[in-house]
Amino acid sequence: MRTIFERGAAEAADGIFPACDVPAKGAAAWLGADLVRSKPPRIPDTSETTVVRHYTRLCKLNYGVDDGIYPLGSCTMKYNPKVNEDTAALPGFADAHPAADERYVQGSLELLYELTRLLQGVAGLPAVTLQPVAGAHGELTGMFLFRKYFESRGESRRTRVLLPDSAHGTNPASAAVAGFSVTEIPSNARGTVDLDALRAQLDDTVAGIMLTVPNTLGIFEENILEVTRAVHEAGGLCYFDGANLNSFIGRARPGDMGADVFHFNLHKTLSTPHGGGGPGAGAVAVSEPLVDFLPVPRVVKRRDRYALDWDCPGSIGSVHSFFGNVLVAIKAYTYILQLGDEGLRAVSDNAVLNANYLQERLKRTYVLPYDRLCKHEFVLSSEGLAKGVTTLDVAKRLIDYGIHPPTVYFPLIVHEALMIEPTETESKETLDRFAEILERIAAEAREHPELLHEAPTRAPVRRLDQTAAARNPVFTFPFEADPA
Amino acid sequence: MRYIPNADADRRAMLRDIGRSSIDELFADIPQSVIDAYRPLDLPSQSELEVYGELARLAEANEAPGRVPLVGGGVYDHYIPRAVHHVASRSEFYTAYTPYQPEISQGTLTVMFEFQTMISELTGMEIANASMYDGATALAEAVLMAERIRKRGRVAVAANLFSHDRRVVDTYAWAAGIELVEVPFTPTGRCDLARLPENISAFVVQSPNAFGILEPLNGLKARLGDALLIAVTYPLALGILEPPGTFGVDIVVGEGQCLGLPMGYGGPLLGLFATRKEHLRQLPGRVAGRTVDADGRIGYTMTAQTREQHIRREKATSNICTNSAHCALTATVYLASIGAGGLRQVALLNLEKAHYLAARIAKLKGYSLVFDGPFFNEFVVRPSGGNADAVRERLEAGGFLVESPRAMADLGVPNALRLAVTERRTQAELDRVVDILGGKR
Repeated sequence: MRTIFERGAAEAADGIFPACDVPAKGAAAWLGADLVRSKPPRIPDTSETTVVRHYTRLCKLNYGVDDGIYPLGSCTMKYNPKVNEDTAALPGFADAHPAADERYVQGSLELLYELTRLLQGVAGLPAVTLQPVAGAHGELTGMFLFRKYFESRGESRRTRVLLPDSAHGTNPASAAVAGFSVTEIPSNARGTVDLDALRAQLDDTVAGIMLTVPNTLGIFEENILEVTRAVHEAGGLCYFDGANLNSFIGRARPGDMGADVFHFNLHKTLSTPHGGGGPGAGAVAVSEPLVDFLPVPRVVKRRDRYALDWDCPGSIGSVHSFFGNVLVAIKAYTYILQLGDEGLRAVSDNAVLNANYLQERLKRTYVLPYDRLCKHEFVLSSEGLAKGVTTLDVAKRLIDYGIHPPTVYFPLIVHEALMIEPTETESKETLDRFAEILERIAAEAREHPELLHEAPTRAPVRRLDQTAAARNPVFTFPFEADPA
Repeated sequence: MRYIPNADADRRAMLRDIGRSSIDELFADIPQSVIDAYRPLDLPSQSELEVYGELARLAEANEAPGRVPLVGGGVYDHYIPRAVHHVASRSEFYTAYTPYQPEISQGTLTVMFEFQTMISELTGMEIANASMYDGATALAEAVLMAERIRKRGRVAVAANLFSHDRRVVDTYAWAAGIELVEVPFTPTGRCDLARLPENISAFVVQSPNAFGILEPLNGLKARLGDALLIAVTYPLALGILEPPGTFGVDIVVGEGQCLGLPMGYGGPLLGLFATRKEHLRQLPGRVAGRTVDADGRIGYTMTAQTREQHIRREKATSNICTNSAHCALTATVYLASIGAGGLRQVALLNLEKAHYLAARIAKLKGYSLVFDGPFFNEFVVRPSGGNADAVRERLEAGGFLVESPRAMADLGVPNALRLAVTERRTQAELDRVVDILGGKR
């Protein structure tokens, strides 16, 4: 892969910016020589032709949702509607400065207010903040809210957060950043929270629990009401990680299950693109006792005008520079308006149907450690497929068939895990083809395991040496080296 | 609904295959009382045509974009070359996930590597990560990182940081139990280094600071003993400014919106985070590294992941997962498009135009510049006779967009306006500002 730094001699790159139309004196005259840059950054001057071709070539080495099924468990890689991109790019939205007076940004504020209202409805909770910009950022905001809540009640001894052993890594990390310690709760044989183990932990040092609903095995906590009731009775709060909302949106609400904090991933459930790792948006909904602690500013409606309310004395403060990822919120709003109630329910109907359909078919070929009704995703194991064949081999072989692999080696409680989430935006035909390929790979594992060990052979690169990358870290282009 | 391809016949066939009689049966594991409690949003489905119309109405209800911005404070009205938008709009980039499968993510990963290189070059630092959410959370993470390294429970922060950065740092530091000690500024608008406290894990300084004034970073590190120096920077200004790395800064953070991103009412933004190699183990966020594949060809992969939450869980250096990857890609294409030459040119245009306006305003009767330190593209003006709110109103009546004087008052500078001038402002626009301030219409 050649980088932009290896593209040969400097080219003409001028003509983007005009000549200076005011009398110019130069940097040293205004700033004094010691503040002026002595050595330019090594960013090459490159013609527009070369730049566009370089990045066009690079984009073709990628795989996106527009290329095909992207069955990453817990990531909800659904199709990203094109109209969302265009509404968010409307100049009225894109060119609004965050310090503009409220009267000049009534459109953006109205949209944020209305989206907030709709998300409250989806969550079944009385208030929402759009300020967090990612799922983990929503978790952190939620943990800040926990902290503030207990601080306000003089219960600062509550420093422990309980987490099922199937939790995403961001959950314990978010709790820790907010100053909590983490206690793991084991899963039972059915893959859900062990109620006795939970009850054994509940005392007055527990701030609450972080749950993923359905959990990362794709299994709904049947005892969810018992779990949240037990935590509440012990004086704790319940955090719901909304990564898996796609499995029940339009049918059930976290607020009705006992959630005190619930985060949305707008870049999962509400169809905004992942952008190769971000930006996302992690709106947070809260129950009544936590409303006063939400981040500032809050978007409010006063008579027929929309405004930013900074006067929230109980607030945890701010968690983002301004009002969150507004352009991402616009995409989510565009999506939710199109779907309406009927469409939202169709999302979970089809997401869950697609997952169960694939699960039933693939459990004949792969081990299904928790064989039961799943929600929007399920976890297989490659164990016992063939001697010496790992989940990594299966994943890399999928790449040879032109398909992005599922999430692998997660959740940690399943050995050789393959976590598959098809989403509702894939057709039966696509699912059948995907299953057929996984079945063919299972056969190859027995008959021609070298095909799996060697894979991928049809990707832009073959398997990359991770050990060398970690042992001899190269994070920036080595300019000293003579390019080949 | 065209985003859900299966027809009724497909659904029936699939249900039959899995031995279920209805979709409802697939939700039998959700408690019935929860299902019964469900209330719809009372939201009818709408066609794309209708929804696009509604969104266009909302966009038009925003008057701000029709005005000439003189407002900055961390987010600026910079020009974005059109090619940047076209390249960044390739859906192979924006519909991809985080590159956990490097063999089919070489596009994203190569760009991450280029981004890290460009940010290291700009800031003069050894390593940069692949992005944070925004400048404010990047700064908060820098404070947490410095505290992990020095563990003194106290961090000094300049009083002339952007308010929005400070607010976020306050929140993170409160939860982490870190005491923040404020270092005041002098009449020059610069930090009063004589007031630096002792026994701190780090000192946070911003240059250009919230008043647009450049802080003297030279020699600062030596005054801190072994406390870390964290510098907040304005990356576009580094086209002409000596980079923080030259002065021994330990962590450089900043807001990267100026590198090709729209203002977007403040998000998504781009947090920059650069440091020295010795601190790699404490670095938050993702990094791409160069390696080779099984055939010895160069390729890129995410690396140093043992710091990250999906491996280290509660012991991770940060909880960050999703970041601002696509914003970082946009910034990379922006920098590649303009090159070091274009970056210098655009930085100079900001500098010259801002100084042109500042000098003309300073000559007007009844106006003065509040601070006399060197500045980049932003400065603070005080109407000695009138009041700043009225001046703002006059400028807004003339079609400009000006920040409320509250922004400066919050920093302890009453009755003053912060004005930002970018390369997009023409001499004619700036002359009109002067005419309005001078009472000519």
